[in-house]
Order: sequence, then structure tokens, then C-alpha cells
Amino acid sequence: MDTTRLIIVAVGGQGNLLSSRVLGEAACRLDIPVRMSEIHGMAQRGGVVESAMVFGDAQSTIISDGEADLFLAFEPLEALRALNRCNSKTIVITNTSSLPPFTAAIGKGTYPDIEAIKQLIKEKVGRLITLDANALAREAGNELSVNIVLLGALIKADVLPITADSVKDAIRETTKAAFVETNLKAFDLGFAAV
Amino acid sequence: MHKLLIDQPGAKKLLLGNEAIARGAIEAGLAFASTYPGTPSSEISLNFFQVSRESDLYFEYSTNEKVALEVAAAAANAGVRSMCVMKHVGVNVAADALMTLAYVGVRGGLVILTADDPYMFSSQNEQDNRYYGKLSGLPILEPSSAEEAMEMMGYAFELSEQLAEPVIFRTTTRLNHSTAPVVFGKITKPVTSGDFTKDPFNYVTVPAVSRKLHIKLLKNIEKAEALADASAYNFIEGSGNFGVICNGVSYNYVADAVGDLELDGKVKILRIGFSHPMPGSLIKSFVKDCEKVLVVEEGEPYMEEAVKAFAQEAGYTGSIKGKAPELFSRLFEFDPAMVRANIAKYFNIPYDPETPVDLSDIPELPQRPPNLCAGCSHRATFYAVNRATEGMETIHPTDIGCYTLGFLPPLSAGDFLICMGSSVSTGCGFAQTTDKKVISYIGDSTFFHSGIPGLINAVFNNHDMTLIILDNSTTAMTGHQPNPGVDMEALNFDGFGRVSVESVVRGIGVPHVSVIRPYNVKKSIAAVKEAISHKGVSVIIAQQACTLLERSMKKLVGKPFYVSDKCKNHRNCINDLGCPAFYVENEKVRINAGLCSGCGVCAQICPERAILPLK
Ligand code: SF4
Repeated sequence: MDTTRLIIVAVGGQGNLLSSRVLGEAACRLDIPVRMSEIHGMAQRGGVVESAMVFGDAQSTIISDGEADLFLAFEPLEALRALNRCNSKTIVITNTSSLPPFTAAIGKGTYPDIEAIKQLIKEKVGRLITLDANALAREAGNELSVNIVLLGALIKADVLPITADSVKDAIRETTKAAFVETNLKAFDLGFAAV
Repeated sequence: MHKLLIDQPGAKKLLLGNEAIARGAIEAGLAFASTYPGTPSSEISLNFFQVSRESDLYFEYSTNEKVALEVAAAAANAGVRSMCVMKHVGVNVAADALMTLAYVGVRGGLVILTADDPYMFSSQNEQDNRYYGKLSGLPILEPSSAEEAMEMMGYAFELSEQLAEPVIFRTTTRLNHSTAPVVFGKITKPVTSGDFTKDPFNYVTVPAVSRKLHIKLLKNIEKAEALADASAYNFIEGSGNFGVICNGVSYNYVADAVGDLELDGKVKILRIGFSHPMPGSLIKSFVKDCEKVLVVEEGEPYMEEAVKAFAQEAGYTGSIKGKAPELFSRLFEFDPAMVRANIAKYFNIPYDPETPVDLSDIPELPQRPPNLCAGCSHRATFYAVNRATEGMETIHPTDIGCYTLGFLPPLSAGDFLICMGSSVSTGCGFAQTTDKKVISYIGDSTFFHSGIPGLINAVFNNHDMTLIILDNSTTAMTGHQPNPGVDMEALNFDGFGRVSVESVVRGIGVPHVSVIRPYNVKKSIAAVKEAISHKGVSVIIAQQACTLLERSMKKLVGKPFYVSDKCKNHRNCINDLGCPAFYVENEKVRINAGLCSGCGVCAQICPERAILPLK
């Protein structure tokens, strides 16, 4: 089976570990080989969190620079920062809702203009999909389901061999009972946004 | 039921490497486990802790790694299967026990897990603990994947019992924190109690006994080498004139590279999973018919040195390379593309690497370093010290925990750090040799771990320094494990004692001791001023529960704050505290109410009193 490599970048606290967990469970349900790795620890005190997921026949759990087939960013600045994970064919999906780092507040650097970020990414990669995942998550009833909105968009991009139904089943199984309904709605909204 | 206790052989589960390791030990009938938490090993012990609440497994968070190993050494010598879990630098702490335990040996299986951290994702160094195998003489096992780790754990216990000595199980961050589907095996019921028969001439390591035991250890190393030679964990894959010898996660990158570069029939792989003692005969016969050999291992040239030595004994004259300026580095982690490129280069195989997008036209981006949480009381303590010492020249030896993050501006609360507990003892040295005021920082868990001997030293030798113990009633950095100062009853865990930091400090005889509540800024500044004006040792205990833990337990009481119209844009709040709840919008200071914990520290320092609680 061909391998598909997915990188997810987010800011600590945005819930990317849950979204990779859900995707992993969905792949398992479909008997698709999957391996992933993630960085815990210091990074979770508000730093950048990155997970790598490798679907298909491979033993590596990490992805080298330039080798992501798919790149999902929870935050536009972090999309730009980690763009060297991509090559000229990579499909990039990014949330457009920004989370300026604290350094920008104390005047150490300026947060780039969102349109400029989009333009820069678009010129360099195969395809760019953007959505305001925070707005869609609010619409679904919980801003914290940004991670699930983005999963919806990821599945709709149709590069992963994973179906929307299997992801929804994995959402039912993996996420807290009280949030399942909101999460399913968030998934649908993300799916419809692409 | 805890997911690692599900007794369904054949069930397929997606597990984190650390969960797979824990499950492997549970399947092997683990009865006794001890640890001091440390990333990347922490989830192993977290799972043991949870499992111990609903099974026969005994688990403890020990005070430090040396204690953890000694506790487990005794349990294993009482005949029960035991495990001791730590991060790589923890083995340094435990090394005193380890080196002689290798002489004494064990009766029940004892597995010592070391989680190494190439690239130092969350560590102060990237030492390669395979050298502990050489140093101690103990066997080392190294898995390449989560599923192999689970299975290998069972063998680790068997090997330990077969050789009657501890086995070192070495992992690296990428294995600990990788997730993959694993297939459950059967759980063996643990034997939880044993017995100890006196045998002082084998157990009491006076010189005469140790001389005998060292002979036994050397014989054991020979036995272990024979086992390594025959081990299914040292396997050969593929065929060809080119040889690659690899271990751990590097094996995955090599195996993928052989596929990607279509090297079937050209390259054969020797994967080393039983890496101390190195399998000499196997290596000699592997290299014999290789045109050239590449050794792929993260960290030090541990295998490469051995392979070269064995090859020389065997009269092999081909090229053997690994660490070299044009090939692999001793630094940091490897990755699939790096391994693929080096295999292609070394064996002269055409390879067209993927080109990452060019980022040269991207503007400089604002950094996003990790930061203390919004409302973290450490920030308040650092602020109070900075205010109290304005205009003074200070040195702040710091220690290992969340508070280490305070070393960044604007708090700049950390000038020197080498290892757990070093804040206190290095403070002694700086106080003696400089004219600057020494104010050291240490957390409660680290204080119990190894800060106490330093403090005793400071009192005995009468060093002029202040120690601030940041007591947040948890081991926050590694995921909120308990420590001896934690009120376990309040967390609904029974059967624990409690050691008060203050009684320990007073018991040591520290001449000046004060306790502060860091959210009270004025009083804290006054207490710091008083402590540092004391000549000799002074200790301040800053007590405030960890905000992140309180938030997750829904115990936060404060209302979030907001910035009212009274704000005159001095920005003392932002510039002096560096709290991540603040942001600037249209040149106005704002507070993210979702992040604000309501600690109220910023409200106390605002000269305009413009920061107010939300109604
Ligand atoms: S986890 Fe606790 S101790 Fe660590 S930075 Fe956050 S509030 Fe502070």
C-alpha cells in the first residue's frame, strides 16, 4: 500500500493530539496501517505542538522536511513557520483564525498579515485550502472543537484513504460523551467548508 | 477497567509506545514498579499508577531515581518481578545503586527502563545510555517500535531471571511517543509477595564479597554475549553485498530506505535489539561477505566501535563507517530522508531527494517559545524577587521543572542549571566565590528529589544564600505526578503519608525561614527583602497550587480580569510579567478571559489600578 504522510502543527492547547488520535482510530477501523508520533513535554506550555502520521506501508513514525503529502495547520503563523515540511506538491489546509504568540504582544516581532500568509503558502505548494475553523467551531457550539472542524476539512480534501464515516465512528468512540454531538457537527461543518 | 488491563489476547489497540511498554510489563506479570517521573518516560509510570489502583500491581512514585532503583532492587531480591522507570539522566542519579546491583544481581526479574532523549526535546543533555551497559556489565535490550517494545518486555523479564541480574531496557523519545496498533497478548497474574533468605556473603558488598561478585559478573557477561549472538532480536533481513547495521528507531528509517531506494538484493540489514553485550560472532559473520558496511545509530558510535573491533579480529578489510562528517552525526535525531540520503551516498546509489519549499522569502516570524501558564504562581514569585532586588546584582541558580521556563525575559529568573537539585549546591559555590547576591529557585518535587542534601550543605558550611522553594504541590512539568509533599487524601488517594517542606527546612536548621503566598505581591516583596538581608542561609517557601492542575480539577476560584478604560498604556503588566493571557489589540492592552485564571497579580502591579475582575 502506498504511503501518505500527514503533518499536523498546532499551538499547545489547541487539541491536535486528540485529532491525530481520532484519525488513527479511524484508520485502524479500516485496517489501514498507521503510525504516528508526537512531541509532548515542554512544547505543551503554549509552544508549538507537532504530530506526524504515516498511513500505509512504512515503519518510520516521523516525516522529514519536504516529505509531507498533506499538511494541516491549526494556526496560520505556525503553518508558515513549518512550511519546510512541504514540497511543491503538498496539499496544505490551514485554519485562518490566528493566535498571536506572546512575543508579538511584547513587541518582539510582528504577526504577519493573514492574506500575506495565504499568498506565500499558495505560491509554494500544490494546493491550499483555508477555512476559519474557529468560526465553524463556534457555530457547532464549542470553540474547542476547532480540531474536529479541521479533521472534517482534511477528510474532504480526499487524499487520505479514510472515510468520513470511519472518522465519525472514531469521534463517537474517542471523544468525551458530552461533546460527541458538537464534535460531529463540527466535523460536518469542516467537511462542508472545503 | 483500565485499557491496559483488558485481558483479551488478540485484541488490536492503538497504543502510545509508553502504553505498549506498560502493557508488555503487565502481560509479563509485573508485580512491583517504581519511578521518578521524567519525560519521555512519564506515561509508562502514569499508566502503572492508574493500573495499580485497580489491580495487584504495587506502584510507587519514589523520591528520586536512586531511591526508586534501590526499592525495586530489594523487591526483585525478594523474588518478585519488578521494574524501575526513569529518563536517561535519571540513570545518572541511580548509577551508584546500579553499578553494585550489577554485582549483587536479582532473583525475580528486574527491568530498568531508561528513556533517552536524542535532540533533547525535554532534557538538559542527550547522553547515550547504552554506555551504561558497558559501564555496569548489564544486558541492554532496545526495541524499534511500540509493538516490538511490548513483546520484548516479556523477554526482558525472562532474560533478567535467566542471568539473575537486572536488564536495561533502552528506548528513545521517538519510540516512547510514537503510536501504533499493537496486538494484546495474555496477562500473566503477578506474584506479589516473595521472601528474602539471608546470605550475607553474597549480598553484603564488603570488598571480599565484591571481589567474588565481580568474577560472577564477568562470567555473566560471557553468557549474555552468547545469548546476544543467538537472539531473535539481533536479526538479519534481506540480502546483498552491502551491509547496514542499525538499532532502535534507526532501523525503521533503514528498512523504509531499502524499500524507497529499491535496494532489494543489494543491501542486507543487521538489526541489533540486544545491544549489550554486542553479538560478536554474529557481527563477524555478517560483515564477512559485505563489500562495505554502514552503521546507522543515533547518538554515540556505540555499535560502530564494537563492529570495528570485531571486524578487525575477524580480519575484515572493507570499509565500515557510521559517524563521519559526510555521513551521520552524533548530534540530535535522525530522520527517514537523512538515512535514505546517507545510504544512497555511501553505497553509490542514485537518489533524487524531495526538495522542501524555499522559505528564503518568508519574513521573520515572531517566536512562540513555551511559557509559564497564565496565572502560574511561579511568575508571581519571580516578579516579587525581581522587584525586591531592583538595583542589586544577583545570581539565580535554577532547577528542573516548569519554573525553568522563567529564565526567559521578562522574568529572567534563571542563570545557571546543570541537573536536578543543582540550584542549591551551585548556589553555595557562587555565594562563596562572588560578591553577588545568590537567590536560588527549586520546585517542591525537585527539592525532595535532590535539593535536601544541598540545603544541609548550605547550613553546615554557612553559605550566604537564599533558596526559594516554589511549592505548587505537584510535579507539574512531567504531567502532575504527586510528590512527598502532596496531600494525597485531598486528591482522593488513601494510604499515603505526607512530608511538609517547611518541617524539613526547619528540621535542617535553616536560620531564616518564611512562607509566602505569591499572589499577594506586596507581602511577597517584603518577605524577599527580609530574607535576602539575612546573612547566611535563608529559605522562602512560596506556596500556591499549580494553576493548570487546579484548572483541570475545576478548582480555580478567581474570576478572570479585564483591562478597563483607566488603562494609560504603561504596559507594566505585559512587560514585567510576560503572562500569556495578555494580548494587544489596536494598541490597547487586553486580557483573554478564557486564559486568565484570576490570580490578580497584574491588577496589583498596575499603577492606574486599571485591571479589574469581570463581574
Ligand atoms: S503547569 Fe502549573 S507549574 Fe507549570 S507553568 Fe503551568 S501553572 Fe505553572
